[in-house]
Amino acid sequence: MSAFMTKTLKALGLAAVAATLAVSAPAMASGGAAHPHAPKEGFSFEGPFGTFDQGQLQRGYKVFREVCSNCHSATLLSFRNLGQKGGPFYDEKYKNPNDNPYVKQIASEFEVPDIDTDTGDAITRPASTSDHFPKKFANEYAARASNGGALPPDLSVITKARHGGARYIYSLLTGFKNPPKGLHVAEGQHYNPYMAGALATQWSGDPHHVPVGGVLAMAPPLKDDLVTYDDGTKATTHQMAADVAAFLEWAGDPHATLRKKTGVAVLIYLLLFAGLTYAAYRKVWHGKH
Amino acid sequence: MSDHPSTYEPKTGVEKWLDQRLPIVRLAYDSFVDYPTPRNLNYWWTFGGILSVCLMIQIITGIILVMHYVPHVDMAFNSVERIMRDVNYGWLIRYVHANGASMFFFAVFVHMFRGLYYGSYKAPREVLWILGCIIFFLMIATAFMGYVLPWGQMSFHGAVVITNLIGAIPVIGGPILTWLQGGFAVDQPTLNRFFSLHYLLPFVIAGVVILHIWALHVTGQNNPAGVEIKSKEDTVPFTPYATVKDGLGIILFLMLFSVFVFFMPNALGHADNYIPANPLVTPAHIVPEWYMLPFYAILRAVPDKFLGVVAMFGAIAVIFVLPWLDTSKVRSMRYRPVMRWFFVIFVVVCLGLGWCGGQLPDDMVFSIGTSASGTPIGLNYVWLTRGLTLYYFAFFLIIMPWIGLKEDPLPVPASISEAILADHAKKKG
Amino acid sequence: MSEPEKDHGTVVGEDPNRRDFIYIAAGAAAVGAVGVIAAPLVSQMNPAADTLAMASAEFDLGKVSEGMQVVIKWRGKPLFVRYRTPKEIKEAEDVKLSELKDPQADADRVKKGKEQYLILVGSCTHLGCVPTFGAGDFGGWFCPCHGSHYDTSGRIRKGPAPLNLAVPEYEYLSDTKVKIG
Repeated sequence: MSAFMTKTLKALGLAAVAATLAVSAPAMASGGAAHPHAPKEGFSFEGPFGTFDQGQLQRGYKVFREVCSNCHSATLLSFRNLGQKGGPFYDEKYKNPNDNPYVKQIASEFEVPDIDTDTGDAITRPASTSDHFPKKFANEYAARASNGGALPPDLSVITKARHGGARYIYSLLTGFKNPPKGLHVAEGQHYNPYMAGALATQWSGDPHHVPVGGVLAMAPPLKDDLVTYDDGTKATTHQMAADVAAFLEWAGDPHATLRKKTGVAVLIYLLLFAGLTYAAYRKVWHGKH
Repeated sequence: MSDHPSTYEPKTGVEKWLDQRLPIVRLAYDSFVDYPTPRNLNYWWTFGGILSVCLMIQIITGIILVMHYVPHVDMAFNSVERIMRDVNYGWLIRYVHANGASMFFFAVFVHMFRGLYYGSYKAPREVLWILGCIIFFLMIATAFMGYVLPWGQMSFHGAVVITNLIGAIPVIGGPILTWLQGGFAVDQPTLNRFFSLHYLLPFVIAGVVILHIWALHVTGQNNPAGVEIKSKEDTVPFTPYATVKDGLGIILFLMLFSVFVFFMPNALGHADNYIPANPLVTPAHIVPEWYMLPFYAILRAVPDKFLGVVAMFGAIAVIFVLPWLDTSKVRSMRYRPVMRWFFVIFVVVCLGLGWCGGQLPDDMVFSIGTSASGTPIGLNYVWLTRGLTLYYFAFFLIIMPWIGLKEDPLPVPASISEAILADHAKKKG
Repeated sequence: MSEPEKDHGTVVGEDPNRRDFIYIAAGAAAVGAVGVIAAPLVSQMNPAADTLAMASAEFDLGKVSEGMQVVIKWRGKPLFVRYRTPKEIKEAEDVKLSELKDPQADADRVKKGKEQYLILVGSCTHLGCVPTFGAGDFGGWFCPCHGSHYDTSGRIRKGPAPLNLAVPEYEYLSDTKVKIG
C-alpha cells in the first residue's frame, strides 16, 4: 500500500507539474472564433529552430506598405529595423542599418512631422532611418472619422496581441466569407469566422448554432495580383496573406531568431552542467543514502 | 543562526581578527557549510534553494528593467516594447523577469504542498510556516503590481478589478479605494505608486526570507520521516551533501525556466496585454495570471460581492492558522494512511480551482441535454467551483482537525537513520 | 542635569507618582509625534488637487443612432450614452420592481420626455469592469469579468454585482445637448 501510495504521489506530483503548465497555456480562446491555421506550406519561423525567410519578409513588407499601411500604423517600428540583422533588408555590407541605402530610400518615401528651427513652424520632412514609422492619423478621433467609426489597430505587436499570432493574421485575411443566412451584418461591417466576437444578438436562426466568428469594419483587403512582387512570385491572396503575416510576426518580435538560437545554446550548456552535477552528486552521496 | 555548537575555527590571522569583531564568516559557516541536515531529504526539499534563486533572478532583472522603464500611462507600454526591441539583451531580461514570476509561483506552490504533506508546519515550526505564508502573501501583492506596470489591457483591467475588491468592504471600502487608487479611477497616480511598491516589496520579501531561514535554523529542518534529529547518524553536513543536491535541483529547474524564456516566452501571458490599456473597453475574457486563478475562482464562486472577497482572502488566511488546525500527533503523511488520500484530493481540487478560474462561470463543464426553453442542463463552472471551494475550506477546517483525532497512524520510525534502513530493506525485499 | 538624577529611582524625596506621570507623558508625546508624522505620509496617497479638479463633459446626443450606444470618457471612467429602441424601453418599464435586486423604476433613471436616452457610468458595480453592450440575458449589458447581466435600463438582473449601473448627474442644455457632471 505504501509503495503504491508513494508511486501515486510521485505520479501526482508530475501530473501537477504537467497540468500547471497545460493550464498556463490556456484554452482561453476568445469568444467563439474559428481556430486559426497556418498556410498549407507552413510558416518557416514556427518551431524551436524556425527562422524567417528574408525573401518572404521583403514581400511581406511590400504588402504592408502598399495595402495595410493605408489605414494601419506600426509606430513601434523604426525604418532602421528593416535593415538590422534578421530584418527584411539586412545586407552584410551594411552592419549598421542606418548606412543601408535601401533602408534610407524606404525612409525617405515617408514624411514625418518636425519643427522648423528657424521659424518654429510645424513642418514635415522626409523621414530618416532613425525615425519611427509615422502615425497614419493624427489621433484616435481622426482615425475613427476616416474609417466609419472603427479604429484600425496599430500593427507593431499585432501578432503578440492576438491569440494565434501570425496564424490568426493569415486566417483572418484569407477567411472573409459571405455571412450565413440568418445573420444580420450591419452596413460597413464584414463577417469573418476568425474574428473574435459574439454574434448571438445578430443571429435570427437556431439559437443553439450561432455562427462562429465576428464582424469587423475592415473589408477584405487582399485580392489576387493586388501587388506586384519584385522577385516574380505570383501574388495570390494566400501568398500575400502568408507574406504579410510573416512580416508582422517579425515586426512584433524582431529578436525571435536570436532568442531561439540562444535558447538552444543555453539548454545544451545546462544539460552538460546537470550531467556533471549529477556525477558529483553520486560521488558525494555514495554510501550515505 | 543555529543552535548547534559552532565548529568554525578561524585559521588565518585575518579571519581571527574579523571573527572577534563581526563573526559573519562563522555565521555563514555554521548555517551553510557545517549545518547538520537530515540525511533523508528528498528532491521536494530542493525547492527552498530553488526559491532563493528565483528571488535573486527577479530582483536582479527587475533592477535592470527599471533602468529603462518609464512609469507613465502614455509611455509605459512603449517603454516596455523599447526594452524588447532596442535595449541590448532587453528581450532576454524582460522575458526572464516576466516568466520568472510564473516560475517563482510554480516553485512556491510545490514548496507549500511539500510542507503540507510532510507536516512541516507542526510544532515547533509554526513561526517558520507563518513567515512562509507572509512571503507568499507578499509575493502575490508584488506579482499583481508588477503585472500592472506594462499598462496593457490586462494590466489595466486587472488593476481595476483587484483594487475594487477593497471597495467591497462595507462603509470604509469606498474611501480606502479612492486612497489606494489616488483618484476616482485607476490612472497615473495608481501606476506610479504600484511602481514604487513593486520595487520596494521584493526587498521586504528578502527580509522575511532571512527571518524564514533563521527560524528554519533554530528548529532544524523537517524531513520525510517527520521525526526530529536524534543523533549524528541522522544527519550529513549541509556542504557538500545538501549543496550538491540543491544545485542539481536548481539546474533542472533552470532548464524548465529556459524552455519558457527562449521558446515560448508569451505562453504564460495573455495576448490582450500586448494591447495598450484602454479604460473604455474591458477585454472579453479577462482572467488573472495562472497562479492567481484558484483564488480568482473562489472569488467568483460566492454570489455576494463582499462575501466573495472575504472567501478569497479567507482562502489565504486559513493557511496561516494551519498549525493549529491539524490535531494529528504524527507529522508526516507517510504514516497517515487516511489523511494522505484527503491530501491527494486537495491537490486535485486546487488544480481544479485553477482550471475553473480560467473558464467563463456560465459555461458548461458537461451537459446532459437542454431544457424546454433551450438552456442546457448539466454542470456549469460556477457550480463546479462552488463544490471545489467547499472542499478547499473543509480540508482545513473540518478534515484536518477531525481526521487527526480519528485516524490510526502507521508506526513511526524511531529515528531518521532507522527510517532509511527500513527504506533499504523494502527496496531489497 | 543635576547629580542625584543619575542614581536611578533612589532620589530621596521624589514622588513616585510624579515620576510615572513623566514617563507616561513622554511616551504619549512619542506616540503623538509618530501619529503626526504618519498623517501626511498616509494622506499623500489621497487624490491630489489636480485630480480633484474634475471636469464636466458636454455631449451631443445626435451622435448616437437608435439602438446603439456611444462610449465617452468622463473622469477617467467610461460613460455609456444609449439611444434605446421603443421595444427596449417597454421591456425596461414592464419589469416588476419586486423582481429586482436593486429596485428602481426605469422612470427614475432617465429624464422625463427623454426616455430613449439612457446615460450611465459604464463601470460594473461589482469590480469596475466595463460591461459589453447588447450582450447578456436581458439585452442590456453583460460584464465579461464575472458575468453580471444588466437590463435595458442598466439595472442588475443576474450575477454578482450588487447595484444598478450608476446614473451620473446630468442636465439637458438643449434638446439634444447634455452636460454631465
